[in-house]
Amino acid sequence: MTDKTTAAAAPKKLSLKAKYAQLTRGLGWETTYQPPDKVFPQTHFEGIKIHDWEKWEDPFRLTMDAYWKYQAEKEKKLYAIIDAFQQNNGHLNVSDGRYVNTVKLFLTGISPEEYSAHRMFAMLGRNFAGVGPQIAAQMQSIDELRHAQTQIHTISQYNKYFNGMHDFRHMHDRVWYLSVPKSYFEDAMTAGPFEGIVAISFSFEYVLTNLIFMPFMSAAAYNGDMATVTFGFSAQSDESRHMTLGIECIKFLLEQDPGNVPIIQRWIDKWFWRGYRLLTLVSMMMDFMVPKKVMSWKEAWDMYFVQNGGALFRDLERYGLRMPKYWEQTVVAADRLSCEAWNTFYNYAAAANFNPWCPTAEDMDWMSQKYPGTFDKYYRPRFEHYRELEKQGKRFYNTTLPMLCQTCQIPLVFSEPDDPTQTCYRESDYNGMKYHFCSDGCKDIFDHEPEKYVQAWLPVHQIYQGNCFKPGTDPTAKDFNPLAAVLEYYNFGPGDNMDYAGSPDETNWLKWKGLAKSGPLKMAS
Amino acid sequence: MAVNALQPGYTGEVKDRVELFHGNHLIYIGWDQHMMICAPVALPLPPTMPFGALISDVLPTTAFAAHPDWPRIDWSQVEWLRSGKPFKPDPGKSLADNGLGHKSALRLRTPGLDGIGATGS
Repeated sequence: MTDKTTAAAAPKKLSLKAKYAQLTRGLGWETTYQPPDKVFPQTHFEGIKIHDWEKWEDPFRLTMDAYWKYQAEKEKKLYAIIDAFQQNNGHLNVSDGRYVNTVKLFLTGISPEEYSAHRMFAMLGRNFAGVGPQIAAQMQSIDELRHAQTQIHTISQYNKYFNGMHDFRHMHDRVWYLSVPKSYFEDAMTAGPFEGIVAISFSFEYVLTNLIFMPFMSAAAYNGDMATVTFGFSAQSDESRHMTLGIECIKFLLEQDPGNVPIIQRWIDKWFWRGYRLLTLVSMMMDFMVPKKVMSWKEAWDMYFVQNGGALFRDLERYGLRMPKYWEQTVVAADRLSCEAWNTFYNYAAAANFNPWCPTAEDMDWMSQKYPGTFDKYYRPRFEHYRELEKQGKRFYNTTLPMLCQTCQIPLVFSEPDDPTQTCYRESDYNGMKYHFCSDGCKDIFDHEPEKYVQAWLPVHQIYQGNCFKPGTDPTAKDFNPLAAVLEYYNFGPGDNMDYAGSPDETNWLKWKGLAKSGPLKMAS
Repeated sequence: MAVNALQPGYTGEVKDRVELFHGNHLIYIGWDQHMMICAPVALPLPPTMPFGALISDVLPTTAFAAHPDWPRIDWSQVEWLRSGKPFKPDPGKSLADNGLGHKSALRLRTPGLDGIGATGS
């Protein structure tokens, strides 16, 4: 083909469809040096059957034309706002110094996963055999990289003034609770391409993503964090495009072959559960971490999953899909999840890169109102006990390492579905070794592919094996302090961990705002 | 099929093999109805340690000792579960001889002690 013939054949103004066809022309060539199976070796082993890749409707094709222009405009606006935020000391406008801990959680727990998603979609772009999914995955890969970058740039302003954010990338690969989001994405990335896209584009982006972006961005708006609101808006229009990809891909796979249905249902069961476990962090952010609360975790779960998710799965029934397994357990646990999560960070305040606190009387009243059936009955007495100990100067810290779930890597902090007062234990035997889980959902995932999860890098076990100390550390030395050595390996500095009360962040915040010290550790003087 | 992998016969490296724990076995211990201690604890212990020493020497050094119910425990009344099933440990015998091998889960129940404000906390 020559330029001359193309120019002659094409009309002056192309339709969107024609433009897309031009963009992707010749990408789906017939391979001659190697058979297609060797060029795309990953498209068969998962058991998914594709009869006609041409049936994939690339959801990007309609917006492709505006994409570049629109993205460039968004970038320009975002960086103009970040500049203004920096020049006006925007970090001083947040509701309270405690709020910044939410930003720390976002930067260490979510932004690195935007980068993981960027990597995963680049791999999908290579591994899918059809042009539609290749293009869609590559475009999303670019989006995810942009999200990681804009978040890092925006949050860098907070990093100049607050602790806990300076080594977010280093911490992501080491800190115990960050192994939860890390292992989630690595599980998706090391699956086949079809499971990967069902995991992230459908189960996460389509079904659950509202439960990350809505709470963080609304909380940011309520708490005066205009920087986070800005990158949130910048990412939002991409997210809706990604959600379209999620629903398109699931319909495509279901329509291609009836044999695909049970495989996809199992992936949805798995990735719904893994995503739900990941959202544990969001539940405590909503109910405990934001000083000015937006809505409770239970309200959000009811609206975004039970109602919206329920409607989605009713729509998908005609393809033979049903609601994800164990979804009923998530509804039962909605009254408990955030309390179980925040208690964990209160226990292990020494080992997280943010500054937790015991809920104030006002915080607890809000919880009583939002959780009338459970908060006063099960959790208020515990938090009041903590407050009393703090007043006596005997703040409770858990100094013993916890038992972790082999699948989600969260400590076994969740209660039995039928008993909020009892830890849930599940166990499997595989090749002569015992494996432990926090829930039926996590046990099922392991039991289906034990050979994958025996490889889990569980932070607690790695510490006991001696793999979480800096080179040159001598664990046999007389004055060896394992906790101190692990925190050094995490690159934690003074103020990164431990309570908000008395932290350098609190001290600075009060100084900058000209406020007097208050809070549970207030001295009588 | 133990894993859905590109390579037929693929196996993964078992990350928590007993030989990587410097002669110890990893033992998990949880205290039922005491969820203030947010999760069961994980402890690397010599398999030759007598079960009695676990009670007298090890548990008092863990987070359990920070619970207000801790000093009230009557150890002659404690009920034990191994892998979720009731069992009667012999305090004079080793952990291994009590059937507590690498990555075993042990639970204790303290009837009458139901956590802070009897809330299971």
